Amino acid sequence: MSVTPFLVLSAILFSVGAVGVLVRRNAIVVFMCVELMLNACNLSFVTFARQHGNLDGQIAAFFVMVVAAAEVVVGLAIIMTIFRTRRSASVDDASLLKY
Amino acid sequence: MSQLYLIIALPAASAAVLLLGGRATNAWGHLLGTAAPLASFVIGVVAFAQLSTGDEEALTQQLFTWIDAGAFQVEFGLLFDPLSALFVLLITGVGGLIHVYSIGYMEHDVRRPRFFGYLNLFVAAMLLLVLADDYLALFLGWEGVGLASYLLIGFWQHKDSAAVAAKKAFVVNRVGDLGMALAIMLMFATFGTTTFAGVEDGMGEVTSATATGLGLLLLLGACGKSAQVPLQSWLLDAMEGPTPVSALIHAATMVTAGVYLVTRSHFVYEQTQAAQTAVVIVGLVTLLWGAIIGCAKDDIKKALAGSTMSQIGYMMLAAGIGPAGYAFAIFHLLTHGFFKANLFLGAGSVMHAMDDEVDMRRYGAVRTVMPITFLTFACGYLAIIGFPGFAGFWSKDAIIEAAFGESLIVGLGALGGAGITAFYMTRLMIMTFVSEKRWAKEAHPHESPLVMTMPLMVLAALSVLGGVLLLNGWIVDWLEPVFGPEEHAELPVPIVVMTLLTLAVVAAGVVVAFLVYSRQKIDTVAPRRVSPFTKAARSDLYGDAINEAAFMRPGQYLTRSMVYADNRGIDGAVNGLAALVGGTSGRIRRWQSGFVRSYALSMLAGSALLILAVLAVRLA
Repeated sequence: MSVTPFLVLSAILFSVGAVGVLVRRNAIVVFMCVELMLNACNLSFVTFARQHGNLDGQIAAFFVMVVAAAEVVVGLAIIMTIFRTRRSASVDDASLLKY
Repeated sequence: MSQLYLIIALPAASAAVLLLGGRATNAWGHLLGTAAPLASFVIGVVAFAQLSTGDEEALTQQLFTWIDAGAFQVEFGLLFDPLSALFVLLITGVGGLIHVYSIGYMEHDVRRPRFFGYLNLFVAAMLLLVLADDYLALFLGWEGVGLASYLLIGFWQHKDSAAVAAKKAFVVNRVGDLGMALAIMLMFATFGTTTFAGVEDGMGEVTSATATGLGLLLLLGACGKSAQVPLQSWLLDAMEGPTPVSALIHAATMVTAGVYLVTRSHFVYEQTQAAQTAVVIVGLVTLLWGAIIGCAKDDIKKALAGSTMSQIGYMMLAAGIGPAGYAFAIFHLLTHGFFKANLFLGAGSVMHAMDDEVDMRRYGAVRTVMPITFLTFACGYLAIIGFPGFAGFWSKDAIIEAAFGESLIVGLGALGGAGITAFYMTRLMIMTFVSEKRWAKEAHPHESPLVMTMPLMVLAALSVLGGVLLLNGWIVDWLEPVFGPEEHAELPVPIVVMTLLTLAVVAAGVVVAFLVYSRQKIDTVAPRRVSPFTKAARSDLYGDAINEAAFMRPGQYLTRSMVYADNRGIDGAVNGLAALVGGTSGRIRRWQSGFVRSYALSMLAGSALLILAVLAVRLA
């Protein structure tokens, strides 16, 4: 079975996620796009694990999931706090930390 | 002689008491200040008697080791030889008389004790200068008299002009002192010692270039202290000081220190014809320069100051001529000390009576109210113009003869100077004591008190009798241990003819002045429309203008260009670099915009670039 379709799907998912991060303002959507990119990576890991016939890629995918879960906890907490103080979840509004 | 040090120590101690005592010394400060130089005079006379009756060539006293640094050792010793002896007697004798005079002259000045303190300081420093047996100790005295001169010129410091004049004297003297300091360093480098005896012993072996350098550097020092061209400009301004100061420091003693230095260093000049010629030229130029200035000044003290410059020019000239002139330089120095102190104190007496008026155009007919001042002044006048029998006649005549022995041009210059001297002194005499009254309305001149006229009478007597020093050639014989045997210059004509010629020139000067100034009415305000010569002489023959154009302006340009180079060049480079870094970082900072999405974009672009680079490397 060829790995190409899986890798193409992974690339498409990653690109969708990357474009979403760059063009969307809503912090929740940006966040989901980040998750999409992470999962595109996971798909690549699993595909290559299958191709090589070992478990290294699958282990890496687990690590990514754990990190993503932790990141969601912290990220959502931050987004919620920002929304509470500014009444907005737009990432462009929270631009005070600058030159 | 073990009491030699007291000659210096007494005035120094008195100066310390007066300057530290403050107001506590108000009641008796002037008496202490006058007693100190008179006591030194007594010790000086005792030492003089011992020297003239004993067999020794000089009295000496070793005091202590002053500097002991490796190979450089300076013993602090005093040398009382025939030359120093004459100076000690002149300084303490004439100085003592001037102190007595100052008691009266400064009576109404609240700072009189301080004035006497400074005068004592001067006397102590001057005595150190002439008693030192070492150039380094001489230099200590040299700087000491410079300091005292500065303090006393600026004694009336509330007057701006006095403060400026003091500063000018100090700065111009620094130029001369530089020459002195370099000469002393050169001596140490060449001989390893700076004592008179050591340098004299070493002079035989030095190259003529070293001897000439040494001679010219010493001459530079002498020019500064003695107000000789080209360092003459400070003396006329120095007349801002109280008149006794002008008489003591700027006529009788300190300004002759240059002549002392040159004659004391005769062993240097005997090795170098070039430096000797330079001394003669300086003397000749200055004697004419000062005399010409003296002709145009209306300020009585400035006219006398020009005359002082001129007379010191005569001494320098004689000192430069060599063994034929040394003794006469010192002889003229002594007689000049007598009659010029007399003239200055007389001028001070007139000023005192005229409410400190110094303009001779506001004097006239002063003889009617101040007979003693007039008579004593007349003695000084006859002495300075060289009236037969008076002190100046003997001393100046000897120098003119020696000058003719040197060369015809030098002789004619000296002879001409004598004529001009007669002219300006007669002018001064007529404008001050004769002619009609041109006094200010509120002036009520009266004769000065005895405390002021007594020194005048003594000095007048010395001006008349000063010539006895030459009786049987006494002064020449007396100075022989110092200068060696006198050489007689070969004159083209007999001495009698020479003397008659000099007298004729002097008489011509007197007659011309008489015709010019006693026939016409003298204006109370100096006429504006005068010949270019008068204008030049009134502005000191443009001495200040020359200094300004040659040294001050270029110096200012130099400092300005250096400040510019420092500000623009060096500071500019450093500040420019800092500004460049600051500006660049300011621009770069703008990238930190605070927008998360632009950070994400740059991160993505960076990652993409990184991957492309890796791929490019892999595939290449």
